[in-house]
Amino acid sequence: MNTTRTQLLLCGGTGCHSTGAIAFKESLALELKKNNLSEEIRIIETGCNGFCAVGPVMLVQPEGIFYQELKPKDAPELVEEHFLKGRPVNRLFYTEPASKETIPDMNSIPFFSHQQFWVMRNKGLIDPEVIDEYIARDGYFGVAKALQEMTPEQIVEEIKISGLRGRGGAGFPTGIKWEFAQKSPGDIKYVLCNADEGDPGAFMDRSILEADPHAVLEGMIIAAKAINSHQGYIYCRSEYPLAVKRLEIAIRQAGEYGLLGKNILDTGFDFEIDIYEGAGAFVCGEETALMRSIEGKRGMPRPRPPFPAHKGLWEKPTILNNVETLANISQIILNGGKWYSSIGTETSKGTKVFALSGDVNNIGLVEVPMGTSLRTIIYDIGGGIPNKKKFKAVQLGGPSGGCVPEECLDTLVDYEAIAKVGAIMGSGGAIVMDENTCMVDMARFFMDFVQDESCGKCTPCREGTRRLLQILEKICDGKGEPSDINVLEELSPVIKSSALCGLGQTGPNPVLSTLRYFKDEYIAHIYEKKCPAKRCVSLLKFEVDPDLCKKCGLCFKACPTEAIAWKKKTVAVIDKDKCVKCLTCYAKCKFDAIM
Amino acid sequence: MKHAVHRHHSDITEKMWEEIDSVIIDNHDKSGSLITVLRECQNIVGYLPTELLDYIGNGLNIPGSRVFGVATFYSYFSLTPKGRNTIKMCLGTACYVKGIKEAMERIERKYQIKEGGTTDDKRFTLEAVRCLGACGLAPVMVVNQDIHGSISSDKVIDIIDEYE
Ligand SMILES: Cc1cc2nc3c(=O)[nH]c(=O)nc-3n(C[C@H](O)[C@H](O)[C@H](O)COP(=O)(O)O)c2cc1C
Ligand code: FES
Repeated sequence: MNTTRTQLLLCGGTGCHSTGAIAFKESLALELKKNNLSEEIRIIETGCNGFCAVGPVMLVQPEGIFYQELKPKDAPELVEEHFLKGRPVNRLFYTEPASKETIPDMNSIPFFSHQQFWVMRNKGLIDPEVIDEYIARDGYFGVAKALQEMTPEQIVEEIKISGLRGRGGAGFPTGIKWEFAQKSPGDIKYVLCNADEGDPGAFMDRSILEADPHAVLEGMIIAAKAINSHQGYIYCRSEYPLAVKRLEIAIRQAGEYGLLGKNILDTGFDFEIDIYEGAGAFVCGEETALMRSIEGKRGMPRPRPPFPAHKGLWEKPTILNNVETLANISQIILNGGKWYSSIGTETSKGTKVFALSGDVNNIGLVEVPMGTSLRTIIYDIGGGIPNKKKFKAVQLGGPSGGCVPEECLDTLVDYEAIAKVGAIMGSGGAIVMDENTCMVDMARFFMDFVQDESCGKCTPCREGTRRLLQILEKICDGKGEPSDINVLEELSPVIKSSALCGLGQTGPNPVLSTLRYFKDEYIAHIYEKKCPAKRCVSLLKFEVDPDLCKKCGLCFKACPTEAIAWKKKTVAVIDKDKCVKCLTCYAKCKFDAIM
Repeated sequence: MKHAVHRHHSDITEKMWEEIDSVIIDNHDKSGSLITVLRECQNIVGYLPTELLDYIGNGLNIPGSRVFGVATFYSYFSLTPKGRNTIKMCLGTACYVKGIKEAMERIERKYQIKEGGTTDDKRFTLEAVRCLGACGLAPVMVVNQDIHGSISSDKVIDIIDEYE
């Protein structure tokens, strides 16, 4: 008999884990036990809830009350007040920063209320390690329908109607990709899931795998039926051990329930899934490189055609889809392609998950309908920029993407609209940068990344990106020359048009987009030898401006090398011999007094 | 099947050689197993000495050049021994924007190591990684298995000093 009256859905995602969810869980369990409530009230550790900014978080069901920033010492009060006396604890509610009003109901918190949970419909609501909880929320109904009632052609047709496009970066229509592989002759075909998530600043796929692994398996099984494949692989990066563990459990449980393996649901259809762990190479996210890597070789891309739909893994017809793409599939099959295409823009349907991070108040995982504006994501959901700083740019699409400035914030989430402003939808990393970010330094950062991760096979990418990096380093170092901007502008398009794979073809984008919107910063670095954001060490003086210094002594206290002299009511002075240029004083000074 | 005679290597004990042999035997017939074998052998020994790469190549019947090529391609594999504690600093975008560079420099200065290097007393190895997918906690540092979020350059040395 199930006697549970209340479920405590405690977030066990990576964010909440490291802010102390486990310590809180232990003390909560102890309190419940002390009060003989362990039977009635059950703690369930879920995947990432999304609102990482205020973790550890917990949702009390069925009431829908949301608690945040929980500490072990809060447990006795919670149990005593809420679970024994029925008086929810006000001080642990979310507080709206502007009005200071507390909001107990999760769905009324602005961070959640602007979102639309399709892909993440189960996040924070189920225990990802228990298949029954997934099934109780219509899990595997999509597989049942696809396998028992639909032909492969009908499946592909439904996906085509939905308008679903790949969420891994390029935005290729999923239905069309499947159709190619379906029509491709051959008895052996493969379904691959791209869980390499290499873009820095992206953690959507990780969270989906950790919170709802069965949704991804379900997508793969339906894809397998559509192209008649009997073997699938999930290529997961080795940095995600928890995701791998959850997948292993999910695969085992699905096998035990007859949802994977031989004769799935007695339909005579066989399909197995194995996990393949990456070994740390960004380029392996590229489809042809990924397949090489599964074959046990160096993960280097090859020219296409032949496309993987004809010759992929071990030269057999193969489809590769991103985690988020696959997590959409079962809902499309269950509710129909038409339902799916009912939200979104002309060319971009459904929802998109973003990983919002950087200089923004509400860091976390965000799922919005296509067609939502970037401003809504950053200000309404993200709660704006902390510390009263000014917004400078949001970086979308990782090393292949670009920086979108303030004047373009009304751009809608739509593959084409975002490309028009010089970024790409990409996999969904959205890193917000405030006025203290130097855009030349960011361009340098991304070139360093691309250069480092270039596999070296094609010259434009290997040598071209190195050259771009050298120029950007020179500019940041205060040695930039007026001609440098021209060289950057000329070289970038050449690399883009001649590189072998997507890495080089998009690698110069961060340079181009910063040149497009922030040329003034390049000019300040080159002509005035100044870094307006005060980040490029070679261009800073490390002197205190006596007019701006408020004599507070914060810099003096923070300096790790005792290079700053200061007494009460006197202006601080920096001893340049002792100074190691670590920028600590710049970060500490509230008055922008260090030049 | 018997592989080439075990070479002596100061970092590989007899027990490790036995484990290595069983990994090789388990994977001998599987195509595409090289990366898995390298991963497991690195887990056993802690890194991949050149002699071990040769040994794996012999065992799997793969040319040494290919083994070496694969081992040097992927950043997961290390051909040099590591310190007792591994510090991984995230150099992903979110962490960079939030100031990981300054924290990294603090460590480099304090322990006199560079990215990829190990301290002389073998206490620390300093590595840079690209995004741990924990961007909500940026800037992020991982020491051994412990994730430390929101590290500031002020606090970073105190945290690391806890690890002997
Ligand atoms: C350098 C490079 C890295 C990539 N990394 C990823 C990745 O980490 N995850 C991903 O899903 N797709 C990545 N892609 C895109 C894949 O090549 C491929 O287009 C995608 O996985 C297809 O799935 P989709 O159609 O569902 O988006 C990358 C592409 C390039 C060129
Ligand atoms: S950028 Fe550091 S964890 Fe993502």
